[in-house]
Amino acid sequence: MTLERSTYLTLLLVLGGALALAVLNQATDAGSALHVPTYVIALAGKYLCFAMLALAVDLVWGFAGILSLGHAAFFALGGYAMGMYLMRQIGTRGVYGNAMLPDFMVFLGWHELPWYWHGFEWFGFALLMVVLVPGVLALVFGYLAFRSRVTGVYLSIMTQALTYALLLAFFRNDMGFGGNNGLTDFKDILGFNVQADFTRSALLVVSALFLCGQFLLARFVVQSRFGKVLIAVRDTESRTRFLGYRPESYKLVVWVLSAVMAGIGGALYVPQVGIINPSEFSPANSIEAVIWVAVGGRGTLVGAILGAVLVNFGKTWFTGALPELWLYALGALFIFVTLFLPRGVMGLFARRRKLAPEPEVETPATAAAHEVTG
Amino acid sequence: MHRLIALLLLLVLALPASQARADAVDDAYEALSASALTISPASFESVRQGVEQLAASGDPRAAAVIGALHDGLLYAREDNALFIQQPDGTYVDARTGAPAADVTDDDVHTVRVNNAVRSAIDAALGSLQLFAPDAPTRLQAASAVFTSHDPAALPALDKALVKETDSGVRRRMEQARAAALLSSSDASETDRLAAVATLRARGDIDARGFLGSLSGQPPAVAAAAATAIIAIDRQLELWSLLQSVYYGLSLGSVLLLAAAGLAITFGVMGVINMAHGEMVMIGAYVTFMVQQFMHAYLPGLYPASLLFAVPLAFLVSGAIGVVIERSLIRWLYGRPLETLLATWGLSLVLQQAVRSIFGANNRDVDTPAWMSGATQLGGLTLTWNRMYIILFAIIVLAALMAALRFTSLGLRMRAVTQNRRMAAAMGIRTPWIDALTFGLGSGVAGMAGVALSQIDNVSPNLGQGYIIDSFMVVVFGGVGNLWGTTLGALTLGIVNKFLEPVAGAVLAKIVVLVLLIMFIQRRPRGMFPLKGRAVET
Amino acid sequence: MNVGDTLLYLDGVTVTFDGFRALNALSLYLEKGEMRAVIGPNGAGKTTMMDVITGKTRPDTGRVVFDAHTDLTRMDEPAIAALGIGRKFQKPTVFEPHTVWDNLLLALAGDRRPTFSLWARETPAERERIEEILVTTRLTEARQRRAGDLSHGQKQWLEIGMLLAQEPQLLLVDEPVAGMTDAETEQTAELLREINRTRSVVVVEHDMAFVRALDVKVTVLHEGAVLSEGSIDHVSEDPRVIEVYLGR
Ligand SMILES: Nc1ncnc2c1ncn2[C@@H]1O[C@H](COP(=O)(O)OP(=O)(O)OP(=O)(O)O)[C@@H](O)[C@H]1O
Ligand SMILES: [Mg+2]
Repeated sequence: MTLERSTYLTLLLVLGGALALAVLNQATDAGSALHVPTYVIALAGKYLCFAMLALAVDLVWGFAGILSLGHAAFFALGGYAMGMYLMRQIGTRGVYGNAMLPDFMVFLGWHELPWYWHGFEWFGFALLMVVLVPGVLALVFGYLAFRSRVTGVYLSIMTQALTYALLLAFFRNDMGFGGNNGLTDFKDILGFNVQADFTRSALLVVSALFLCGQFLLARFVVQSRFGKVLIAVRDTESRTRFLGYRPESYKLVVWVLSAVMAGIGGALYVPQVGIINPSEFSPANSIEAVIWVAVGGRGTLVGAILGAVLVNFGKTWFTGALPELWLYALGALFIFVTLFLPRGVMGLFARRRKLAPEPEVETPATAAAHEVTG
Repeated sequence: MHRLIALLLLLVLALPASQARADAVDDAYEALSASALTISPASFESVRQGVEQLAASGDPRAAAVIGALHDGLLYAREDNALFIQQPDGTYVDARTGAPAADVTDDDVHTVRVNNAVRSAIDAALGSLQLFAPDAPTRLQAASAVFTSHDPAALPALDKALVKETDSGVRRRMEQARAAALLSSSDASETDRLAAVATLRARGDIDARGFLGSLSGQPPAVAAAAATAIIAIDRQLELWSLLQSVYYGLSLGSVLLLAAAGLAITFGVMGVINMAHGEMVMIGAYVTFMVQQFMHAYLPGLYPASLLFAVPLAFLVSGAIGVVIERSLIRWLYGRPLETLLATWGLSLVLQQAVRSIFGANNRDVDTPAWMSGATQLGGLTLTWNRMYIILFAIIVLAALMAALRFTSLGLRMRAVTQNRRMAAAMGIRTPWIDALTFGLGSGVAGMAGVALSQIDNVSPNLGQGYIIDSFMVVVFGGVGNLWGTTLGALTLGIVNKFLEPVAGAVLAKIVVLVLLIMFIQRRPRGMFPLKGRAVET
Repeated sequence: MNVGDTLLYLDGVTVTFDGFRALNALSLYLEKGEMRAVIGPNGAGKTTMMDVITGKTRPDTGRVVFDAHTDLTRMDEPAIAALGIGRKFQKPTVFEPHTVWDNLLLALAGDRRPTFSLWARETPAERERIEEILVTTRLTEARQRRAGDLSHGQKQWLEIGMLLAQEPQLLLVDEPVAGMTDAETEQTAELLREINRTRSVVVVEHDMAFVRALDVKVTVLHEGAVLSEGSIDHVSEDPRVIEVYLGR
């Protein structure tokens, strides 16, 4: 497999950047000019997790034409699985000092750990769930949706309804996931204090490693013959059927893969921000993830990472400097990118060899022409 | 001439009766004073009987006297004469109501009461109101007697029933009488059975509760009561079913209003307008501003403010819609997913703009008097605002269908959406039609906002709450079909309201969403899919 | 007719769209190795017939039997394609973002499952086959061009090339020469005849010169049913065909 320049550059920037930040945080004193404060480490870690979500969205939207407006749900589910592990690690250090039950359960007057909380005291089990829960949900949802040939906007609206339903569900106290407040007040992960600078730096590096891994995996998938079929499905789904392909199984594979990638991103996100609550399921979050991809360049994996980092950096800056203007800026970004930058920032580089051939833009005229397709 | 004789005759006949009544009243007044002078079980019993007699006597002063006794303001002199203390400390004669200037505090003693007397007073006051001049008070009194179902009220009820002319009050009195009768110890079995039948006919939760509490009845009566309870239960179930349908219909009309505009922009034009909710929100804010304006400048028209808000909201949202179509959407035709993203961005901008102008808090929009309150229809409670919203939804829908079917704009709209190129070739200016169609959909959303301002908080987030539901309705009903949208909205509304009592509001919503997701998977193109080759690609 | 020789057999196939009968109890037999031309006025149901055979449209009644024992009406498009029925569309439909080469690669007969295609590498045999097809379809020069950038005629050829790559037993070709020059038309007829040496073909076409050049049995469809059948000379003399289709 040959790695072209943008791939090298991405790997280098992500890994090198994360390592540099971590080292500068760990090896220098707080007073030093080179010192990187811990909040920057946490922020960078957060961006990388969002980049994983963006990569996942791009994989299905850019390469399979499935515009998911509910991918944050998979991200949040992965996050909850990790959050449950972190909750169990608190042990007797909670406000109520209950060794078995997290604080919110004691508060609700529960006496027993719900069955689905068992096992989360083991890190390995939690990791398994990080992969399985989003994966199985995606499998079930995708199987039903793709088998009945739900496509386009209908599918988008359904994914939005899915995350909306989960949002409502997780708000409920009797679901046993902390209701409105979610899971928080984490103490340690694998024995390391989650608040400690060292842990944060380590988490940043781990996130960078996972992001690079996901990037390479996604790259492998889209460049394989599988990826070519996927693009064919994206643009001319019915034609692939007459060649003997089953678009539904291609979509299902990439959909589940994408959900798992998002879930892993969420799992890494939670220890770094220290909280997971139902608002992560809100449809707005999922749509924001889509705009990261659009900004970076749909159908280019590098673009997804770039877009996630750029937009979130902008968000951090805006919400600090001009909080009232952030929503204007975000809204304008949506409009600007779709109208004037359909190929995103990556499109500006206008490279000859594109990772994914760009989709045909459909105009009313071509739409009408499709009507006569035999 | 005949009349005069009849009148005379009546007088003659009535005289002995009134004489007898006067005696009874005298006795009652005398009995009342007992406990003021001596305290003994016998004296309290005397007062209690006095209260009952007085209440039953029909004496016009009875209500005032017993009321004073209730408030501890009834006093007795050594000679058994009774006086009522006024708020200013002076006394009036209890019997006549005439001022008794010569009576001082030293001359009189409070008429004391114990628990037995107190409950007699309560029952008496209840039955006395049965003779009040205005019907609502009498109705209330009858209901009170029903609740107390004190057999002592029976004589008063009988008397009141003779005089009662209002059929509603009469019915309530009969029910009260039935309840009192069943509670008495000496009624005949036939009377009891008749009473059970009366209560069964009443058929509400109170009647059921009372019948359920009966004890010590003859076997035949107990059996009748048991069957009556079953019958009432069935009836109540029916009513609650109907009530759920009503709630469902009203929720459905809200959904329909929110989705009707979307049925045009999404269903007919195929444009995914995620800012649709914001068009609704703007309509609600227009209502707010119209009310503010009228409050300040045209207070006389204030009650009709909604009538002004409806067309204005249509125009404002519609105009904004046209602007959006011309500036944004037209560049994105045929790219549904991009349209979705761009309009989502637009929705963020619009929300934030409204937040900047009006603040993030909820704005108060008044419900005019003619829209508040409720009416009772059998066991149904119909709130007026919901009724008006149902009505409004029907009108909007009818107007929309008529506009699409009978106006030339509607004809051209349908032509353009069915075959754009052909329509253009026939000389229809498709860009304008697109803009107007989109404006129409947005305007309808604005009108929905007026309705929603009556039942929801007017805040910048108003539209957000409806956008997913609206899309669900349109997709569920089958895109491009207003009847489908209607049926979709009503079905979703009713299903939601039926699930709510079983599952709770949030869970009901989740269940509905999941059901919808499953439904769309079974029928990807909704209940009434568009047919033909155009939909296949 | 001997059932063993029949490759495709449509029996009383009826398709209605909202009450409109696009196919009306259509019956048709195709022998193994046969090439059949199907003609008929616009809306006669020619494309719909192909839709039925390839599983795109399910008939209301009737049977479609392939290879003597497989009932196609119970199968979906990929399953039918896997049986060895390939199809070229009336409007050329290729994978526009992909290169000509990749279009052919995706069409090559082989395992269609994701589990295979994830790991699949181009084999020398595959390359050889693609090269061959490129030569046949005169697209050698255009191999690295984006399919969407090809001319209309080239897209037609590419689609035929994809059909060849599938190595089907039966090819359904809908209006292959629409928009082609006379020379190209002739070449296409040539190509189809060559293909017909090893495979069965059904061609739908309005171009009578082309049909004549094919010189095969012709079926005339009208209003969803067979109006006439036989050699080109036979049908073009049939007064009913002249009436509804050819004109006087
Ligand atoms: N999905 C559909 N919905 C409604 N009507 C359809 C559909 N598909 C085909 N039809 C109708 O069925 C009839 C036959 O169509 P078909 O495309 O098979 O004709 P054809 O013989 O291929 O014509 P042409 O020579 O123009 O390609 C036409 O009247 C067409 O309008
Ligand atoms: Mg055709």
